[in-house]
Amino acid sequence: MTSIGTGYDLSNSVYSPDGRNFQVEYAVKAVENGGTAIGIRCKDGVVLALEKLVTSKLQKKDANRRIATVDRNVGIVSAGLLPDGHHLVSRARDEASSWRSTYKAPIPVTSLADRMGAYVQMYTTSSGVRPFGVTAILGGWDAETEVDVDGVVGKGPSTGAGGKTKGAKEGGAYLYMIEPSGAYWGYYGAATGKGRQAAKAELEKLDLDPKKGATISLEEGVKEAARIIYVAHEESKDKEFELEMTWVSAVSGPTKGKHEEVPKALREEAERLAKKSLEGEDEEDDGKMEE
Amino acid sequence: MNHLPQAWGRPRDDVYGQYNSAYLPSSHHNPTTHTQSPIVTGTSVIALKYSTGVVIAADNLASYGSLARFTDVHRLKPFNRKAIVGFGGDVSDMQYLTRLLKGLDTQENYADGSVAEVDSDGDEVEGEEKPHMSAKNLHAYLSKVLYKRRTDFNPLWNALLVAGLDEDDKPFLAFADLLGTTYSSPSLATGFGAHLAQPILRRVVPDEKASEKLSREDAVKAVRECMKVLFYRDARSMNEYSIAVVDREGMKLKESEKLEGQSWAFAEGIKGYGTQTV
Repeated sequence: MTSIGTGYDLSNSVYSPDGRNFQVEYAVKAVENGGTAIGIRCKDGVVLALEKLVTSKLQKKDANRRIATVDRNVGIVSAGLLPDGHHLVSRARDEASSWRSTYKAPIPVTSLADRMGAYVQMYTTSSGVRPFGVTAILGGWDAETEVDVDGVVGKGPSTGAGGKTKGAKEGGAYLYMIEPSGAYWGYYGAATGKGRQAAKAELEKLDLDPKKGATISLEEGVKEAARIIYVAHEESKDKEFELEMTWVSAVSGPTKGKHEEVPKALREEAERLAKKSLEGEDEEDDGKMEE
Repeated sequence: MNHLPQAWGRPRDDVYGQYNSAYLPSSHHNPTTHTQSPIVTGTSVIALKYSTGVVIAADNLASYGSLARFTDVHRLKPFNRKAIVGFGGDVSDMQYLTRLLKGLDTQENYADGSVAEVDSDGDEVEGEEKPHMSAKNLHAYLSKVLYKRRTDFNPLWNALLVAGLDEDDKPFLAFADLLGTTYSSPSLATGFGAHLAQPILRRVVPDEKASEKLSREDAVKAVRECMKVLFYRDARSMNEYSIAVVDREGMKLKESEKLEGQSWAFAEGIKGYGTQTV
């Protein structure tokens, strides 16, 4: 719902007569021009993927990593203005570090998302600043095993850290998306950037809702994420792109609870399958046209 | 004599009552405290370089003065695949440094290195990134922290050994303490170990050349022997210890090793020991 915000769109933090902050809405436009970023919450982890549109042939391949790590177990991928994305990651890292300093434990992904949302929102309240030109997708895994307190000395009580419900399952995968307004929600599948419409359509086709009993494994998630980025890239067909993918698994899984880049072999396999699947679709389309 | 400045030159407490520091200027309400004394402490840490790596060991005891208070304390703290720090001295300062190093490791992990780890054959190891900081870098960092604190008259009351590999994956071993003193040698020990274990270690490895010829088995054997001697003679030690070996292939840390081959037979021949009723 675009409308001209004449007079009320020149300053940040100013309300229009119909209650909108136009600067925030214009910030969303900056996001929509960026390369597609997606996140998939799997049964045993989270996959993040990014369509990195190549701006110069002089750039070294596989350098310029854009999906950032926060603490050890959380990843952030953003679409939109790159420097704004960097700044947001820097703040997230500070928040994680200050939480660790106070509580001697890693920050829960929910708390980190909350702090990032609050931070982004602050930039919608003053005309001296502009809103963030990024939508950030935050994916992480809270450890399902008992994690020792930082700097732990000795074994501690046999019952472990206090305040626990007996038999309750700890930890799990979390996926959040924070918008330029500061609003954020938890997702099973999230997409932003230029190809987000196509990506969202593909994500909805996957069964991801654990309450409905259907979830996918991390390996499947990696393959699907690659395929979805290739589908979303159709929006920017004329430009070259690189696929960057990262994942976080459970402590018992392939990444041992850490946020890491997907191993080259697995990524290349996923890309190969993605390309094959796209060609398959083209053949189908050609077939239909002949009819 | 009470060495603290706030006790000098004031009217006597038993005649005029205790001085109320609230009447001082706001910047002087709390007296500046200087050098502390360590409270809960760990004893010696010993380490030995061999041909392709380093062995380091420390017992699992944290003493509260003469009380053997905590017997499950691990004083060997791995940093990354290439470095391990062994702490002697104050345990709360050990915790502070451990947390500091954890933060440092997290920050180092953020850097966009993308340099692949190379194994001993020179082939790239799939999926492994070369750690940015070597044991040498870690020791430099810790030395600077310790010296800074000593200069501020607020020392971290520790004596520590940094063991591991340097940038060229060669064995590295160095010492740093609460005064900011640092030194390096093929064999090192802190505390009582410097008096009791070093002579034994130096017989095994008199110089760098001998260290380059020493095998892993012999190095571990020498360190275990020294841990036994320390239990015999150090009154603030324990018979359970942690031992770690770091080499190119990685780090092996064992945290509940028991001393073997002790002989207390000498006690039979001395009055008052064992089950004697003299």
